[in-house]
Amino acid sequence: MENENQLLDINHLHTGFRIKDDFYDAVDDVSISLEKNEILAIVGESGCGKSTLATTIMGLHDPNKTKVAGEVIYQDLNLVDLNEELYNKIRGNDIGMIFQDPLSALNPLMRIQDQIAESLIFHTKLSKEKRYERVLELLEQVGIPNPPRVAKQYPHELSGGMRQRVMIAIALSCKPPIIIADEPTTALDVTIQAQILDLLKELQEENGTGIILITHDLGVVAEMADRVAVMYAGQVVEEAEVGELFNNPKHPYTRSLLNSIPQMDSENDELHVIDGVVPSLVKLPRKGCRFAARIPWIAAEEHEENPVMHEVAPNHFVRCTCYKNFHFEEGGE
Amino acid sequence: MSFLEIEDLKVHYPIRGGFFNTVVDHVYALDGINMSIERGKTYGLVGESGSGKSTTGKAIMGLEKITDGRIIYEGKDVSKQIRGKNSTYNRDVQMIFQDATSSLNPKKRVRDIIAEPIRNFERLTEGEEKKRILELLDIVGMPEDAMYKYPHEFSGGQKQRLGVARAVACRPKLIVADEPVSALDLSVQAQVLNFMKDIQEEYGLSYLFISHDLGVVKHMCDHISIMYRGRLVESGTREDIYKDPQHIYTKRLIAAIPEIDTENREVHKANRRRVEEEYRQNEKQYYDENGKVYDLKSLTDTHKVALKNIEVGGN
Repeated sequence: MENENQLLDINHLHTGFRIKDDFYDAVDDVSISLEKNEILAIVGESGCGKSTLATTIMGLHDPNKTKVAGEVIYQDLNLVDLNEELYNKIRGNDIGMIFQDPLSALNPLMRIQDQIAESLIFHTKLSKEKRYERVLELLEQVGIPNPPRVAKQYPHELSGGMRQRVMIAIALSCKPPIIIADEPTTALDVTIQAQILDLLKELQEENGTGIILITHDLGVVAEMADRVAVMYAGQVVEEAEVGELFNNPKHPYTRSLLNSIPQMDSENDELHVIDGVVPSLVKLPRKGCRFAARIPWIAAEEHEENPVMHEVAPNHFVRCTCYKNFHFEEGGE
Repeated sequence: MSFLEIEDLKVHYPIRGGFFNTVVDHVYALDGINMSIERGKTYGLVGESGSGKSTTGKAIMGLEKITDGRIIYEGKDVSKQIRGKNSTYNRDVQMIFQDATSSLNPKKRVRDIIAEPIRNFERLTEGEEKKRILELLDIVGMPEDAMYKYPHEFSGGQKQRLGVARAVACRPKLIVADEPVSALDLSVQAQVLNFMKDIQEEYGLSYLFISHDLGVVKHMCDHISIMYRGRLVESGTREDIYKDPQHIYTKRLIAAIPEIDTENREVHKANRRRVEEEYRQNEKQYYDENGKVYDLKSLTDTHKVALKNIEVGGN
């Protein structure tokens, strides 16, 4: 790779799901890259393909029901073409994943220590004692009090925040250079969320890990991310450094989304509502700007026929030309 | 004037155990809550999971057996569970649930779902009922033909709006909204919140808005109460709580909200660390020897806080 800091390079990735006899792309032509020591946030509403992107990178799709095309380059390997055996060597060892719901991601019948040790058994040749030491070390690292006791417990004995910490410990177990965190704090209380996010950030700074943080919470993005990609209907519509994105959002979708947050300091205002709904996979317009239907007051000429990413500022990319003359419906922002 | 008074409300669950399965202890899910609700205002109830905020909502609705305390509605004690169909309390206090999907009967059409409270409490002819339903659908911004559809044909936000329509069907005075938007996407959440505000203006009703999202609560509520372990930690107007939080628990909760302010995120983080540190060091001062929250004491006319001595937190 031309850039030696680059960990993961995703080029023109498509993930299509089979519905009846056709494949419909839930992730449509996504190109992003992740660098060392970077938190890349992927934001969007439900159904925009952010989790599908994550599971595609991890290779978790059933090849009979999905069609994956494009490139996910990791250390000169295209993960898309990898067979299951090789992929298993990558999963956990090179890319760790933290799932949204730790209760369903953890095995209820296994002790915590065995669940963490699972990937150590698979990927390393540590002896049993060494492995146990490593498990305790990991539990310590993620801030669990009294690791030897927790190691012997089952998931149902722990609180939500503790379970999420265990998930993080599992993801960290083989010190992967890349971690994908899919809504890691959505199910948690704000105070616990703050703790978990701080923990992720600390671990990232310590180990130089690259993190792909998938979330729908723009507050979390503003606190955590270095770079942000906003997704809408399977496509990345805007990509920028975090400060640039929040101070100078360009794409109509990003601007609408930022406007619909109940702000802490603006009171009693009507919240901004985006017209219509996210189109379902089958009804997705495959041509033209996908956001056009939700901003009908913008003339059709403003949109591009085949929207591409434009670089509006250094490292700030926006899809389609409709951002240029975009205004909110009544009276602007 | 307040039309609903909650006095020293308690809900305790027995823990059974031992040889004869006797009651060995109690879970103090709610332990002495006082509130008074006025017309046309929105009251926020905030707390972490397990703090008892949903139990409060359920107890007010009569879905939870009250161990002790009274609910006084327009001068009458309604806390005894002997309210029937002709009770005005049941008609005037309605609820919006968190999970819209599971709160709508999948086998019923929207028309029958919305008509249910009307059929329970009012006698209307079929024509009148239909007219009312159309009105309601219009208020929540749904098309007329939605009437003949089933819940599964709607998206999450639309279902929640149907839930709102059902709750306002009998022109209630109070709606208990238990996390009405926490399962919704940002733009849909905005839509539902806007509708809730519009309806409030139109009917002059009150909300008890239960949520863990302090951003949403700040947007919606006039008066906010913070709960912890079944008791109120602090209560006051929005300004009291956000501008001048007194209890360490409130401070911690507010500091933990992620802020959209990328330039100052280090400052914000440092502030959060500081509050967290303070919380850990001084936790004992803020609770009594059993870890119980103190009784609320008045700081100003509107602002109440649960501190041992008011001076402790008043720096």
